[in-house]
Amino acid sequence: MVLTGFFFYLFAAITVASAFLVIAARNPVHSVFFLILAFFNSAGLFMLVGAEFLALLLVVVYVGAVAVLFLFVVMMLDVDFAELRQGFLQYLPIGALIAVILVLELILVLGATAFDAEVALETGMPMPPIEEISNIEAIGLVLYTDYVYFFQAAGLVLLVAMVGAIVLTLRHREGIKRQDINVQNARTPDTSIEVVKVKSGQGL
Amino acid sequence: MLQPALPDLMPALPEIVLAVGAMVMLMLGVFRKGDTTNLITGLAIGLFIVALILTVLAPSGMTMNGAFVMDEFARTMKILIFAAAAIALSLGVDFVAREGYGRFELPVLIVLATLGMGMMVSATTLIALYLGLELMSLALYVTAAINRDSTRASEAGLKYFVLGALSSGMLLYGASLVYGFTGHTEFGPIADVLQAGGVSTGVIFGLVFILAGLVFKISAVPFHMWTPDVYEGSPTPITAFFAAAPKIAAMALLVRIAVDAFEPATREWQQVLTFVAIASMVLGAFAAIGQRNIKRLMAYSSIGHMGFALVGLAAGTQAGVQGVVVYMAIYAAMTLGTFAIILSMRRPGGMVEEIDELSGLSKTNPLQAFFLAMLLFSLAGIPPLAGFFAKYFVFLAAIEAELYVLAVIGVLASVVGAVYYLRIIKIMYFDEPVEGFVPAAIELRTVTTAAGLFVIFFVLVAGPITGWADRAAASLF
Repeated sequence: MVLTGFFFYLFAAITVASAFLVIAARNPVHSVFFLILAFFNSAGLFMLVGAEFLALLLVVVYVGAVAVLFLFVVMMLDVDFAELRQGFLQYLPIGALIAVILVLELILVLGATAFDAEVALETGMPMPPIEEISNIEAIGLVLYTDYVYFFQAAGLVLLVAMVGAIVLTLRHREGIKRQDINVQNARTPDTSIEVVKVKSGQGL
Repeated sequence: MLQPALPDLMPALPEIVLAVGAMVMLMLGVFRKGDTTNLITGLAIGLFIVALILTVLAPSGMTMNGAFVMDEFARTMKILIFAAAAIALSLGVDFVAREGYGRFELPVLIVLATLGMGMMVSATTLIALYLGLELMSLALYVTAAINRDSTRASEAGLKYFVLGALSSGMLLYGASLVYGFTGHTEFGPIADVLQAGGVSTGVIFGLVFILAGLVFKISAVPFHMWTPDVYEGSPTPITAFFAAAPKIAAMALLVRIAVDAFEPATREWQQVLTFVAIASMVLGAFAAIGQRNIKRLMAYSSIGHMGFALVGLAAGTQAGVQGVVVYMAIYAAMTLGTFAIILSMRRPGGMVEEIDELSGLSKTNPLQAFFLAMLLFSLAGIPPLAGFFAKYFVFLAAIEAELYVLAVIGVLASVVGAVYYLRIIKIMYFDEPVEGFVPAAIELRTVTTAAGLFVIFFVLVAGPITGWADRAAASLF
């Protein structure tokens, strides 16, 4: 128990610290690295509560795909982040003030009401007990049966995203060399080799 | 422990047909040689008609493990949505061909957006609600920017996307609060928990965030800022689509979630919707006066109309919901008719969008001017045209629910709003004629005539339509 508590505070502290450094780091590449660190530690937190599927998903999807994509964008696009951040300090006090007011309001309103004990039990334990069945198996049992509608709907949303990305960015340009297997296969020595007699001492 | 059984798919048949059809059209468009825009557009319109017939025939009932419902309300709203989508798509055929950015993806995206709308209308859980809404919105963001060589269209798409993502975030935050405080995502059980345990502050917080997310989609004040820019920047047929179908779907969703899930919290959402309705009516009336671009004017007009429709929902009664259904049906007809005329505003040099270009239309094209005048009178709510009855039903419901202040402000706003509609009529009938427009395409003339006749002779069909809306409203209560 003590060990779990220790790891919880370790992961939580590193997550919060690296999340802060994401916005504080001067170099955008460092920001992305801190983001990856935050993801890894959040995955550790998930692991502690026994949600190993979510933990692995976080590492695979966020670290493996999203963060690397960010890194690509940051490194390939010539974005002047220093310039983007010019007005940042100027607006910081106002933004902070609004955030503080919002947080105070939320605490005032939500602090008075607690989650219903029965509800907490139900939402906290929607799955079969972890001892009986692993996370992934539990999700697999319902994902394609009870929740097949949501699964298919999410698939359609992704299809729209893909079609949209292609519609808005793909341009067919003329005069680019494209690979055409048929043309390649149809090549014979006659069509591609030209025998030239070169006179000695003159060159082509 | 598992008993794999296919859910009863019949109630969801229209959506399934749309989904499969969209994918077939996508494959056709990708693999067929040559320009397939017209073929795919025709197929999409045919698909909407098939879906419409199936919607009429599909049996009522719940399916997909209680996540999808087909009742009279869903049926009515879906018929309106599919019809509006088919008409909006046909309005664009001539425009797309002339402006030269024919792309087969456009009808496919519109079909997918309409599929999302169908899912929204039939949603009975917060997850289905969000997925349907997101499917619709994502497709709409892309269609707004479909003319990617125009900076204004790209700006419209980007603005819509950024603000839409923000509203989705708010909606999700609200949904998570509601789930946390009630322990359910299904509408029925949420209502049961609220009935039994009372409405806690946390649930109200969640409710307000969900309402904010949905109000954004119908572009009511205070979440309307994107509307004029998106309407102006998007290609006109897309704007016509935006103004009709998504509004019906989002309004239907708003009605369903308010009445089905948050019925015990009626007093709470009534306050929110009353404020939104008043603010939208007033802003719609005053902000439109200074507009010179007819698409921007229609944007403010639609903001105002959403305010009027919300008056019915704010009443929170069956009569109010009936009023909303009638209002949305009439609004869709008026909007599509007006946009058909806006799409006919074409000089040999290209499309024009300024209101002054309509100067003296009564001399150059008397029939078009007459129908536009009728549609504008109807939008202003002058009896005996359709728009008057739309307003009559929602205000009647508000009076019956003793929301006198709301009703009085609504009537005053509609008087102010009449000013800018009458100004266009004055420009058409009393100003010096300018060069006429090129003859409009046949589909534009058909839609104009049909919508014009509908608003003029609405009195004759008012009985069946209100009865139909009444059955739809009754299925929710």
